[in-house]
Amino acid sequence: MTDDDRVFKALADPTRRFLLDRLFERDGRTLTELESELEMTRFGVMKHLRVLEEAGLVVVHRSGREKLHYLNPVPIRLIHDRWIDKYTERQVSALADLKAELEDQA
Amino acid sequence: MTTMARTEVTTQVYRVYIKASAQAIWDAITQPEWNVRYGYQAPCEYELRPGGAYRVLPSPEMVKYGAPEVIIDGEVVEADPPHRLVQTWRALWDPEMAAEGHTRVTWEIEEQDGGVCRLTVTHDVTDAPKSAAQLAGEIPNAGGGWSYILSDLKTLLETVNSLQS
Repeated sequence: MTDDDRVFKALADPTRRFLLDRLFERDGRTLTELESELEMTRFGVMKHLRVLEEAGLVVVHRSGREKLHYLNPVPIRLIHDRWIDKYTERQVSALADLKAELEDQA
Repeated sequence: MTTMARTEVTTQVYRVYIKASAQAIWDAITQPEWNVRYGYQAPCEYELRPGGAYRVLPSPEMVKYGAPEVIIDGEVVEADPPHRLVQTWRALWDPEMAAEGHTRVTWEIEEQDGGVCRLTVTHDVTDAPKSAAQLAGEIPNAGGGWSYILSDLKTLLETVNSLQS
């Protein structure tokens, strides 16, 4: 599996997207905190976090006894830069041209 | 809800895997001739010793928009080339961010298998909400923050590598 495959696979699950949204709201949470927001066993949440970690979307830092989970947005940015930009570039440049033209007239 | 009597620490963590040597990544972070080639393309100068100065000068584009002579300043706390760099960071182009004072950035470069390095940037933005929003790329029309910089850094180093090999 390539890095991109791991990211797409990790994002293809609603529970994992929910976990990322929780971390987006407030970063650096423990497993216990994340678990309290889901109707799921601790083991189930751990498994999802592991998939997110392997995709690089979650980075775990130790702080004393606690393991804190951080959202790492860089893999999503890489996908954006490599894939999404490629397909939206034309529209964006058309909009940029339009903006320049309208501003020239003003 | 329980209220805990502890200082709330706010940290952002960014990680990227780059197919390049630790030295190449270190140079790309610390040498102005490299760091103008990715991200916001503003030259970043480091005096690589504890207490040494760190400053970022505006790119020609930023000068056009009225950027100050130094757009970010700070101090080198720890420099252990090519693996670990700790520095402080304060944005000066915006009065609100400047008033938040210096925050702390830790760069870690770790060698992995297969000629790949893992770069982790940890930015402690405690009590600096506007800087935190800027660095997370959440301020409209103010760039993509750390994700954007690190994604571009990876692309640059891997492209240079593939051209050289």
